[in-house]
Amino acid sequence: MADKQTVVPKEGPGTRLWNWLTETQAWKSIFRHDRPDSDRGRVLVMLTNVFLHLHPVRIRKSGVKLRYTWCMGGLSFFLFLVLTFTGLLLMFYYRPTLEYAYTDIVGLREHVPLGIMREMHRWGAHAMVITVWLHMFRVFMTGSYKPPREFNWSVGVVMLVLTLLLSFTGYLLPWDQLAIWAITVGSGMARATPFLGHEGPGASLLRLGDVPLIHAADDARFALLGGTFVGEGALLRFYVLHCVGLPLGIAVLMAVHFWRVRKDGGISGPL
Amino acid sequence: MADDPLATPPAAPSATPHAPPKPAVPRPPAVIPDLSGKTTNVASPGGQAAKTAVPAPAAARPATRDPDDTSPLLTRRAWMGLAWGAFSAASAAALAATGRFMFPNVLNEPPQQFKAGFPSEYGIGVDERWKEKFGIWLVRTAEDIEQHASGFYALITVCTHLGCTPNYLAAENKFKCPCHGSGYHLTGINFEGPTPRPLERARVALAEDGQILVDKSRHFQYELGQWKDPDSFLKV
Repeated sequence: MADKQTVVPKEGPGTRLWNWLTETQAWKSIFRHDRPDSDRGRVLVMLTNVFLHLHPVRIRKSGVKLRYTWCMGGLSFFLFLVLTFTGLLLMFYYRPTLEYAYTDIVGLREHVPLGIMREMHRWGAHAMVITVWLHMFRVFMTGSYKPPREFNWSVGVVMLVLTLLLSFTGYLLPWDQLAIWAITVGSGMARATPFLGHEGPGASLLRLGDVPLIHAADDARFALLGGTFVGEGALLRFYVLHCVGLPLGIAVLMAVHFWRVRKDGGISGPL
Repeated sequence: MADDPLATPPAAPSATPHAPPKPAVPRPPAVIPDLSGKTTNVASPGGQAAKTAVPAPAAARPATRDPDDTSPLLTRRAWMGLAWGAFSAASAAALAATGRFMFPNVLNEPPQQFKAGFPSEYGIGVDERWKEKFGIWLVRTAEDIEQHASGFYALITVCTHLGCTPNYLAAENKFKCPCHGSGYHLTGINFEGPTPRPLERARVALAEDGQILVDKSRHFQYELGQWKDPDSFLKV
């Protein structure tokens, strides 16, 4: 340990600046560990960083084996970051109203430089649905849902649903015929919700005398669309869910998911 | 056949930096035609030697690198440099693209120039029809204070105090700002309230078709003597 001083590389102006910088109070108040030149230092880098601490300090050799993990979880997270960033940029130009929604989408291609930004968001979304499914498939096939990882599997299932809902809500936003009718058909499923959908089983039982309690203007589908058909209310609701509600939910669950991976002993190894 | 002289050279440059302690001792006879093949063309005697020695290097081709040589072609350091370089370049490109994305090629703003109809359509006084869309009062006067002629000038509807939009009060024959009470005569000259200077005028001209052309891209300020500029006034 005493030899450490001699390990410092030959002193150039860059090295001197670096040494001075890492000794300043500001630097030390941010990075509260030694230089990562020992096992302890490297562990502390992970433990003292709010982002890195979600990640295991050590991972098994099989954990970095592409053949074993397919890297699908990591790719899903990467695609989520891409979608968050490109989505944020799209929000600068997109207005979720009947008057502007479609023309703003066209404008994103025709009037804005790098019209590819919208395509990146769209293709990234398709890719994320695929990688999330493949991640789930891999986890299933490697038995990684078994104890102690049952809870993390459940969190993952919820995130799968959120991913699909993000894809579904985003599908409406271009406000073209494809979007409107796809959501009309898709949201029609909510009509058949037991008790809460006006065409669902049991809904007709919920009535006061001749007055039905569940009808087209107060059932589950209405709550989703903010109206009895796919119109202005649906566009605004789907926009808010797509840009704020669902991403917030999935971000929180992702933090839990990654932290849980570490707590359950890192990425599962081959059986 | 043609690439045979080329087949041998990589042996020397790629293997030597990484395996200096391992000389080509195992096959000394093959070294001589190999080197001559590297330094000469096919037509030269050495090239001929390489040509005749074809079967030997062809058989030894998989062994151009010593099979015992486990040193990587790309060192870990070089690989990391390449990876970081590629990552940095991609990040810089993405950042530049993001910056460019924030500056659209099309603006949904009213144009700086517009045609305001024919002079005969205007009577003496303030006309408010262009105020909402273009931010302009088109005023027809019988005698301008600076130009000493009859004609049109275009006042920009931005208060020179803090940028609010004043109202035209026809009954009081003045422009009055609702924010802090600055008041202007119809000429644009300020006379009350906190504003420090008169309203600004925009360029007015007669278009080829005889209509009045208002051009907001050029402003004229009274206190700088710019209202004397012929472009700031349309004589009719």
